[in-house]
Amino acid sequence: MHVTRGFKGERRPGMADRARLPPGQFLTPEFPVLTAGPTIHTPVDHWKLALQNGGSLIATWTWDQFEALPQTELQTDIHCVTKWSKFDTRWRGVTIDDIFRAAAVEVPPTSYLMAYCDGGYTTNLLVSDLIKGRAMIATRFDDLPLLPSHGGPARLLVPHLYFWKSAKWVRRLAFRNEDDPGFWESRGYHRRGDPWREQRYDGDPE
Amino acid sequence: MNAPVASIPWLVATVVAIRSETASVKTMTFDVPCWPGHLAGQHVDLRLTAEDGYVAQRSYSIASAGGLGSRIDLTVDLVADGEVSGFLHEELTVGDRIELRGPIGGYFVWSPRQDNGLLLVAGGAGIVPLMSILRTRASAKSKRPARLLYSSRNADRIIYGDELDALAALPNGVVLTHTITRGAPPGWRGERSRIGRVMLTRREFMPADDPDVFVCGPTAFVETVAGHLVAMGHAASKVRTERFGPTGEQQE
Repeated sequence: MHVTRGFKGERRPGMADRARLPPGQFLTPEFPVLTAGPTIHTPVDHWKLALQNGGSLIATWTWDQFEALPQTELQTDIHCVTKWSKFDTRWRGVTIDDIFRAAAVEVPPTSYLMAYCDGGYTTNLLVSDLIKGRAMIATRFDDLPLLPSHGGPARLLVPHLYFWKSAKWVRRLAFRNEDDPGFWESRGYHRRGDPWREQRYDGDPE
Repeated sequence: MNAPVASIPWLVATVVAIRSETASVKTMTFDVPCWPGHLAGQHVDLRLTAEDGYVAQRSYSIASAGGLGSRIDLTVDLVADGEVSGFLHEELTVGDRIELRGPIGGYFVWSPRQDNGLLLVAGGAGIVPLMSILRTRASAKSKRPARLLYSSRNADRIIYGDELDALAALPNGVVLTHTITRGAPPGWRGERSRIGRVMLTRREFMPADDPDVFVCGPTAFVETVAGHLVAMGHAASKVRTERFGPTGEQQE
């Protein structure tokens, strides 16, 4: 441990908050916007979601069809790799379990999945990080339609991983045989990104 | 199988110089043994540890030119109640040793090998990573055209003002435009409003030459400017952005 001379940490959060903060994170009441490029604006009547196995299509949903799938509400803490965390965020959307169910995918055909987004963003995920209620495609935040700057009309929400995994403007989920890296994962960030293990960058502990 | 990759190590850096840029902005120069070098636009993670083990981390953009030297500059904006920026401004002195790791980030980066022209748009402390790009460009004596449009609230808040003037005066120097959004001083010759599409067009931030575009500043600033640039015809894939959160501290 390298103690920093003169640093007392007088502005540290209280014990209860610190117990909910993964290592190296700080708490913010704001909702910062982190995106590699311009915000993408996709009207819902141009929006479709596709589920694929590799290159072959399993199912697609228009916006109205997607909105008709079972809706789930989720209150959760979120953690960005740039160090901010936000507690008790409220989301609504369709869980990945319900998306798979609607596509009659009873057993995921592979262990890996790539999310593809408007604007060209991608992120790789373990299927096990998406199922059993752990993830959804969210369309509402605080009971309101998700703003484009926060990923609207629909973003992936995988709150137990760093928030770059919760891809904004998601349009396509594709099962993959390999865990090929996505956009940030091929630019120095960790393959999985578990904030509690502080998996920020390539080479951080598995 | 993927080859195992070594993690980015925490390094102990020594403060060798501190200078004030504006009333609320300081630049700290660190000597970092074993620094692997960096590209313009990258950042570092900085870690403070209290005697009882409490740790605070933040990310800061590197201000100095990209390259292999072992000295890096961080330019830090003092944030109200900022746990880390407050310490760096009020407590840190020359000779102190502090932990950092990096460089981080592989997208908002520029190297002189990139052959396109450059359009840079900065809001407030968003100038910091763009200054790294301009310093890198100057030391590489790049001849490709570059423009900077830099928005500040008032003239006292302009960071690196003299150095930017000097960079603009070099052969093939950056074409520099300042805009002041609140109360330009008497005799002010730059722009006098927030950046809009008209100003971007007047200052020739045009897509025709397929430039690389970097926009950095507060979230609302970046949202507006990047939106205008895309509407003007810049490919979204050529517009790289970095937003500060509403909390203000770099990368927060």
